[in-house]
Amino acid sequence: MSQWLKLVARNALRHRLRTSLTVAGLVVAILSFGVLQTIVGAWYAGVDAAVPSRLITRNALSFTLPLPITYENRIRAVDGVKRVSYMNWFGGIYKEPKNFFPQFAIEPASYLDLHPEIYMPAAVRKDFLADRRAAIVGRKLANRYGFKPGDVVQLRGTIFPGDWDFVIAGIFDGRGKTDTSQFFFRWDYLDETLRQRSPTQAGLVGFFIVDAGDLNHVAQVSQAIDALFRNSLAETLTETERAFQIGFVKQTEAILVSIRIVSFVVIAIILAVMANTMAMTARERLSEYATLKALGFSPGYVARLILGESLVIALAGGAVAIALTPPAAARIGEMTDTLFPSLIVSANTVGMQALAAFGVGLLASLLPMRRAASVRIVDGLRAVG
Amino acid sequence: MTTPRVAAHAARDDVLIALRGVSKGYRRGGQTIPVLTDISFDIRRAEFLALMGPSGSGKSTLLNLIAGLDSADRGSIKVSGEDITRLSESDLADWRAANVGFIFQFYNLMPVLTALENVELPLTLKHLGRRDRRDRAHLALELVGLGDRVRHLPSELSGGQQQRVAIARAIVTDPMLLVADEPTGDLDRQSAEDALAIMQRLNREMGKTIVMVTHDRRAAEHAGAIMHLEKGELSQRVELAHG
Repeated sequence: MSQWLKLVARNALRHRLRTSLTVAGLVVAILSFGVLQTIVGAWYAGVDAAVPSRLITRNALSFTLPLPITYENRIRAVDGVKRVSYMNWFGGIYKEPKNFFPQFAIEPASYLDLHPEIYMPAAVRKDFLADRRAAIVGRKLANRYGFKPGDVVQLRGTIFPGDWDFVIAGIFDGRGKTDTSQFFFRWDYLDETLRQRSPTQAGLVGFFIVDAGDLNHVAQVSQAIDALFRNSLAETLTETERAFQIGFVKQTEAILVSIRIVSFVVIAIILAVMANTMAMTARERLSEYATLKALGFSPGYVARLILGESLVIALAGGAVAIALTPPAAARIGEMTDTLFPSLIVSANTVGMQALAAFGVGLLASLLPMRRAASVRIVDGLRAVG
Repeated sequence: MTTPRVAAHAARDDVLIALRGVSKGYRRGGQTIPVLTDISFDIRRAEFLALMGPSGSGKSTLLNLIAGLDSADRGSIKVSGEDITRLSESDLADWRAANVGFIFQFYNLMPVLTALENVELPLTLKHLGRRDRRDRAHLALELVGLGDRVRHLPSELSGGQQQRVAIARAIVTDPMLLVADEPTGDLDRQSAEDALAIMQRLNREMGKTIVMVTHDRRAAEHAGAIMHLEKGELSQRVELAHG
């Protein structure tokens, strides 16, 4: 081990309590930064999971307003459209309002064909398609509430009146960032029941999902669909699934910006703490630095000692924080139930955490380095540690 | 003034350090307070010179100038013919590493390094292999009687032992000049005697030139000559019989 490295390592461990507290502060800050960034990332999970060739057609006035089911055949006839499916947001309550999870009424066969990222055993799919009251639940949701195939689950409607009973046909899994906290049931069950309970709500869908097939045709197809319904009672807005998801995220942009700001403020605070620690450390060791310079070591060598120590402490804190981020994110995922569909720590977040740790270590050492390197030897030798 | 006497007394080839017209002051509140005024004297090779004087007389400042730790306002300081007042900071650092060994009042050892590592420290500036550095550091510690304390941290050594480690660190690079600023100021009488005895041996047996600042007459009497500084001026030089 080089003399420089030896001095850096031993100096870093010289005041164990101080170093431990500083590292602990760094762990908390960089862990918080990572978790907050992961939460922001989770907000964009739907955006990341979007398939480029899939289009969403919704009511042009608002996505809360429905479209007539009769649009399906006209959309299917548009040049370039390969497949069409549709769905409704249900918004029911499972036992208590706090038990929130996304529920959708879907046209089962076409929806599952259009969403290959949702997969399940063939028998489950078969059961889902065979029984009108059947529902499939994502793995995360099933784990959360202990849903099993054959269970009858009752949801209380908020948009659609009455109690709704569903029979769990099976559990689905998802590839990549697919949200497995969702609950899917059959649109025809919804529609037929509404025809009896609330006829004005029947025959309507929330969104059409359109497979444009060729990516080069996406813009052309979306324009053609919207042109088809221009000047009608329910004009449409067709956009890519990604743009549609971004539209959702945009509604909560202020929250996201706040979370981002908080995550960076946390780093700024720990930078101030770390800078103070390094300034204190360098001040205490001024006579040692002066001694080294008297012996012939350059001001640069002395500066590198401080930089090295600062980086060792910051990167140690960063490494622990990075290691703790995935379990912390998973725990938060459990605590927040289905609020965040996928709290997965991305490589980008890990990179930002490492960069933050490095940045804190570097910036915190700048002033102490400058002071120690520039102090006159005779003044430094007089300094009391 | 002793300067004319010194000039006559030291043969030109014998001179290691020659100070001519050296002045130094410090700025305090917009005023320059003179510390050394027009100092000129020579120090011979292999001389053990003690600089004495009351507090504030400028003896430590003079030592710092001779060791290249501080810069003079005026005058020249030639060491072995090289005017160190003309050297850049970086060249001066190299010059110190090659030519000067330091012994401080409070030892100034690195607390996180063992005795051996402290002594080895100046050798890391030389182009030496690790084993060579270790061997030399061991030898230096043997020389000061601490061969059995190589793995001890400074905090595990007495004051006298720490000062001996500092002496070993000062001589490990085989410098031509040793400077000692109050080397016994923090030691008990026995430890001070031991440290001074080592310095005397280094001077007599190894021919090291030593300049020592002290206010302790008993310590100064281990030197070959004593010079007194009073209010920034050299007042007298006393040659000691044993020197």
